[in-house]
Amino acid sequence: MKGNIHSTESFGTVDGPSIRFVVFTMGCPLRCRYCHNPDTWKGEGMQIEAKALMEEILKYRSYIQGVTVSGGEPLLQPKFCEELFTLCKQNGLDTALDTSGYPFDGTDKFDALIDLTDYFLLDIKHIDEEKCRSITGKGAKNTLAFAKYLSDKGKTIWIRHVLFSGTDNDEDLKRTRAFIDTLKTVEKVQVLPYHTLGKSKYEKLGIPYPLTEEPPSKERIAHAKEILGAN
Amino acid sequence: METKAWEGFVPGAWQQSVNVRDFIQKNYTPYEGNGDFLAPATEDTKKLWEIVCDLSKKEREAGGVLKADTSIVSTLTSHKAGYLDKSLEKIVGLQTDEPFKRSLQPFGGIKMAEQALGMYGYEIDPEVKFIFTHYRKTHNQGVYDAYTPEMRAARKAHILTGLPDTYGRGRIVGDYRRVALYGIDFLIAEKEQDKKKKVGVMKPELVRDREELTDQINALKALKEMALSYGIDISRPAENAREAVQFLYFGYLGAVKDQNGAAMSIGRTSTFLDIYIERDLKAGTITESEAQELIDQYVMKLRIVKFMRIKEYNELFSGDPTWVTESVGGMGEDGRPLVTKNSFRILHTLDNLGPAPEPNLTILWSEQLPEAFKRFCADLSIRTSAIQYESDDLMRPLMGDDYCIACCVSCMRVGKDMQFFGARANLAKCLLYAINGGKDELLKDKNGKPMQVSPVMEGITSDVLDFDEVMEKYDKMMDWLADLYVNVLNLIHYMHDKYSYEALEMALHDTEVRRFFATGIAGLSCAVDSLSAIKYAKVTAIRDEDGLVVDYKTEGDFPKYGNNDDRVDELAVNLVNSFMEKVRSHYTYRDSVPTTSILTITSNVVYGKKTGNTPDGRRAGEPLAPGANPMHGRDTHGALASLESVAKLPYLNARDGISNTFSITPVSLGSDKESANRNLTRMLDGYMKNGGHHLNVNVFNREMLLDAQKHPELYPQLTIRVSGYAVNFIKLTKEQQDDVISRTIHEHL
Repeated sequence: MKGNIHSTESFGTVDGPSIRFVVFTMGCPLRCRYCHNPDTWKGEGMQIEAKALMEEILKYRSYIQGVTVSGGEPLLQPKFCEELFTLCKQNGLDTALDTSGYPFDGTDKFDALIDLTDYFLLDIKHIDEEKCRSITGKGAKNTLAFAKYLSDKGKTIWIRHVLFSGTDNDEDLKRTRAFIDTLKTVEKVQVLPYHTLGKSKYEKLGIPYPLTEEPPSKERIAHAKEILGAN
Repeated sequence: METKAWEGFVPGAWQQSVNVRDFIQKNYTPYEGNGDFLAPATEDTKKLWEIVCDLSKKEREAGGVLKADTSIVSTLTSHKAGYLDKSLEKIVGLQTDEPFKRSLQPFGGIKMAEQALGMYGYEIDPEVKFIFTHYRKTHNQGVYDAYTPEMRAARKAHILTGLPDTYGRGRIVGDYRRVALYGIDFLIAEKEQDKKKKVGVMKPELVRDREELTDQINALKALKEMALSYGIDISRPAENAREAVQFLYFGYLGAVKDQNGAAMSIGRTSTFLDIYIERDLKAGTITESEAQELIDQYVMKLRIVKFMRIKEYNELFSGDPTWVTESVGGMGEDGRPLVTKNSFRILHTLDNLGPAPEPNLTILWSEQLPEAFKRFCADLSIRTSAIQYESDDLMRPLMGDDYCIACCVSCMRVGKDMQFFGARANLAKCLLYAINGGKDELLKDKNGKPMQVSPVMEGITSDVLDFDEVMEKYDKMMDWLADLYVNVLNLIHYMHDKYSYEALEMALHDTEVRRFFATGIAGLSCAVDSLSAIKYAKVTAIRDEDGLVVDYKTEGDFPKYGNNDDRVDELAVNLVNSFMEKVRSHYTYRDSVPTTSILTITSNVVYGKKTGNTPDGRRAGEPLAPGANPMHGRDTHGALASLESVAKLPYLNARDGISNTFSITPVSLGSDKESANRNLTRMLDGYMKNGGHHLNVNVFNREMLLDAQKHPELYPQLTIRVSGYAVNFIKLTKEQQDDVISRTIHEHL
């Protein structure tokens, strides 16, 4: 089937282990204030068959260890992801899904995809329901439930947390850490400092840039990493 | 020969006649571990390096040259011994009697020597000038005496450019290891033997052979004398590690006293030297710290090799490069890695002395290399941007396992191959000639009309360019260009042999050598994108009042080289194949084997200046891309897509090398040090597995370069890789710095 794709990156080095081919899907239910990919929020991207995409991916077979589907929100296109990941497996590539977990509703509807996914890069936007809503427009419940669901299923999780003033609060970070500690399958915790490199995209899209603050200092990043047990 | 110097070495054929490879294979110790054993710089080394840094600063402040000889013509024995600080130096020898004093080397061309001095405020001794204009002809004079008007026109128009007709051709790498392993007397005896065999009918070739062998023998004798001026006897083989490094370096020093060659590479020396170091370490006569000290000081000497050159030369090649290329690593034919502890030591100089462009450290990369060594190299690349990589897996099957890189990307078997360096033909400009029937798009003749450079040919007369018609005319124009180009080089190298023969370097080669005829291509990606525009978009010619096409209107999109798109990458492959085929069809001087490179050094900036508007949308005067790189900013599909386009170019039709310069921001390599290192290693494996030949790896942010441009004093050792070598960023002209800054630096959010 066809995926609605924003873009691809052949040399992905920050979204999962080793060098990865990264597929950015189109469409996202969240509106994170610090989002650096607002151009993936909605609309029609490239309509690509999973098979055709796989052909493109295989051009880089000598370099890559696996494929990451990021977004946008890949869980909005689970069937496409399933098909792509099935092809990955047939070609000896591992698979990673970079998601907020927001579309998870507690049912087993993502089970097939979960089975095909080796790494979940799970974005915990904020541990607090209300604060999460103020940052992303939606609550944190689904994300946390999805994390637990994956943990119970024994799936490898990399927790990611974007650090900016809205989240840079010791109390909240400690709560986040406490939650992470309840999960059994977390292999890595990554603190991603908010950066302003996405600014020009907002200008292009004619969306006012929502943040005025500076990216966090090195000290703040190190401090947050320590609290979260980032490795 | 029996000698104490060889005690403890495994005997073999290498003892009967010169055979350094056999010696290495029988005696070296592969090392698969990591760099934990390495020692820091000794106090003496640090003090010496301070002296060098201080002199470098003074040299910069003095405008680029600190001191220059104006009356002593440089030969092996022209100068008395010179030192940085004799009491601290373990390895000695300078080009002149003082550090940073540039020697006078007029054999390539007296005018050039005079101009170079003049530009820095020195005046050549009138007597020397008189001798080299009235009594002793130079290479440059010889070439100009014989040039045809057509050759002069092509040169003036810069469709052929960078030709070694006013300067030493370089790129010849003596096997300097022979000095250490055998000592000079053994080498002289072999050459005497060879000369005895050169008898018969005295045809010009035989006369030349006898004369050259005599020159070689005399050069070896002079080298002995040079060493003696430092109180060191090199008539015999080296007996320990310190002597081995010293003797080898003397061989090289002799070469740079004798020749102001464009690229004066050192060869493949570190694993050879490791054998001596291992022997001394085992005998307990040397410590690891002392071993590192020898290598640090050897490298320090290689870093301060300097030539007196005109400012335009530095503008062409960026900074002040000497291309003291040292090839490190690679695999042996028997499957053992040629990596030794000394491979680590020589790379470790980048830490002990800080980064620097010279020597041009080149890793012969193979997927089979020990993982720890790969990681060590990747780590240094990420921290210093001072290393380049070339595919051993691609070269070894053709060259065996004792080849080295000359200059940037040209491989030759050490002591067995030499080459006639041929600069390059501008294929982007050639396309414009095809369109304009051989009239230059920028130059005017004495009547103010467009200058006809090629013989009159039919150009394109339609407004909208038709791909097939352009290709047909381009093919014909390339026929003309290749024919002229090969002929120009035949002439140049005849004269170079005649008036500026590299006697010492050739004395450190086998007498019967293989010669390469190394042509080159510039402007590949610009030509290819232009062809792609003509094929896939609509390109309309814009003519001036003389009917000359001076600009192009390009409507619609077209695939661009550098995005792993076969539609355009195929055009690049075909262009390389076609040009090489044309070069091959011609007579080449001294039965040399024709090759070509896709390498511009940094002259892509200057070549671009001499190339008019091109159909791909590039404006007149803007730089071409360096080497085989895609045009700046047009490789928009990520780092790997860019690499893959270049990897498609056919190495067998560009055996002199395919240069690719790759720049990436640190964070784009990986989120932490460990993964960045692993990813770079994996990227190199992938690129070379897919047929890539060469990769310069730069890891930096654009912001840092901008800052260095503003505050050069804060970045005295900032080293960046350009086309096949490295340069000191702050020594580049503003234009070159801007060019480097505007290059594609792969990054993602």
